[in-house]
Amino acid sequence: MAASVPAVRAGTTSTRESKATRETAVRVKNKRAHSTYYWMVWPAVIAFALFHTVPVITGVFYSLTNYAGYGEWNFVGLSNYVNLFKDDRVLQAYGFSFLFAIVATVLTNAISLAIAMGLNAKIVARNFFRGVYFVPYVLAILVIGYVFQFFFSSSLPKILSGIPLIRDNILTNETWAWTAIVGLAVWQACAFTIIIYLSGLQTIPRELYEAASLDGAPAWRQFRSITFPLISAFFTINVVLSLKGFLQVFDPIVALTNGGPGTATESVTLLIFRGGFSGGEFAYQTANAVIFFIVITIVSLFQFKVLQRREADF
Amino acid sequence: MTDAVATFGQAEQVVPERRRRSKPSDDDTRKINWWATALIAVCALTVVVPLYLAVVVALKTPDQLASGTGFEWPNPIRWANFSEAWSRTNFSQALTNTALITVGSVVFTLLTSSVVAYALARNMHRPFFKGVFFYLLAALFIPFPIIMLPLVKQTAFLGLDNQGGMILLYTIYGLSLNIFIYTAYIRSIPIELEEAARVDGASTWRVFRQIIFPLLMPMNATVGILTCVWAWNDFIMPLVVLTDPAARTLPLAQYVFQGQFNTDYTVAFASYLMAMAPLLVVYIFSQRWVISGVTRGSIK
Repeated sequence: MAASVPAVRAGTTSTRESKATRETAVRVKNKRAHSTYYWMVWPAVIAFALFHTVPVITGVFYSLTNYAGYGEWNFVGLSNYVNLFKDDRVLQAYGFSFLFAIVATVLTNAISLAIAMGLNAKIVARNFFRGVYFVPYVLAILVIGYVFQFFFSSSLPKILSGIPLIRDNILTNETWAWTAIVGLAVWQACAFTIIIYLSGLQTIPRELYEAASLDGAPAWRQFRSITFPLISAFFTINVVLSLKGFLQVFDPIVALTNGGPGTATESVTLLIFRGGFSGGEFAYQTANAVIFFIVITIVSLFQFKVLQRREADF
Repeated sequence: MTDAVATFGQAEQVVPERRRRSKPSDDDTRKINWWATALIAVCALTVVVPLYLAVVVALKTPDQLASGTGFEWPNPIRWANFSEAWSRTNFSQALTNTALITVGSVVFTLLTSSVVAYALARNMHRPFFKGVFFYLLAALFIPFPIIMLPLVKQTAFLGLDNQGGMILLYTIYGLSLNIFIYTAYIRSIPIELEEAARVDGASTWRVFRQIIFPLLMPMNATVGILTCVWAWNDFIMPLVVLTDPAARTLPLAQYVFQGQFNTDYTVAFASYLMAMAPLLVVYIFSQRWVISGVTRGSIK
């Protein structure tokens, strides 16, 4: 019995000691992360640099040359950049991309928000309809785009033969072909956007609406004063993501018009692809890509600033 | 970018609350809104109609198609379109390629992104790891068309203009978004769980494999779904990177077929249907799971 007491005491001191050493050990470790963590990160960083950062840098490098994609090349300074701003085809591509992206973004968000509110109301078979609206997300836009192409070029002219614009195949109309592309792009983009808005709407407590209707607020007022302010974070992210995505539009155009008629529906991405790979404009189009990157970054940042300030106002 | 993070973070906090509330046969005491139901049902037709058109055209003979608008139900049905499309587009090869690329990308993405995200999430207070995090995140601002031209030179030079190269590229380019999705989640896992294992002498790898990775399952589902849909349906990357016709993916095969036989609608539509069917069927059987997975990823 007597002997056990010192033993216990010794035991406690030893644990206290070991705890102290462990703490110092942990503290020492904290200064520098365990080497395993570095092993976990380094391969990814190297691979990423090799396949993402290196192409960015070589792209900037090529943009200062007259490389055609093959053969010899020389440095030409900034002349590619200067020429870009004088090139009607490039300016037209930017004009088309912005027109397309703005119209498509507005439509996508307006339609998606309306449908999301419908799905959030108490309706019959809500989960079934939610599932239906999400279907376009899992379809390849190029492939379903070919179905739309048939619809616009062969079905619709027979169904609506009374309208000259549609009877003559809207896809071959230089002025209005872009609206068909907007239709396809919005059709697909809504799938994702609806789901985001729906998850935003479901965060709004129902009691708020009950209180508002007791106070006699009409539906529009409820939307403006409750719904919209409370989902503004979702609105911001949806608008920014859709505009950024639509500016880079490629697949729907390839499926419907392939840039035509002429170059009426040629987007920046399509121009980079065509000029860079088959037009012998490799260096010129890399310069275009650099400008495009700057444009997209500025647009995204600007949107965040504006939309976030709006959010704060509520 | 920090703005974006803030927005995402804000959204994230409210999610669990929502989930609890909208659970089974919820406390929704509102009356059924028949107007909204009608409107939603009518709008849903816009989704169904193109698919219906694809099905009926694929079942017609060219003569039946030429005599109508395309929407009529075919009589008699011509199943031969499918077998013809199968052989003419070399469908089995394209399907094998797409399946290989998709499965490979998903597996590699899940294995690599989660490890990197774990290391970053647990060391975010260290400048090196924080730097890596923002370095990878910054790439979200650089869309694919920007790096497309130089990348193609590079993949051709390195001999990566094949299925293996595609898997590598999807894994690497997915890293930015996936790490963003994973780190937010990993940081919500209490570190005490790991410390207990570490005291027992488990290595970092072991902690990751036996404690963290199993806990990441919801996020693995999200990342897996996003990668799968992307790799299966992507068109522009295979279009520019792949050079060998034998390596063609499904969307690419449709593109080539459309260019060669652009008036042969009935066979082409059979081929489109077959290209869309696999993912569509998977979706129909797991739609709740897919939607919740995607939602989790995008509001994180």
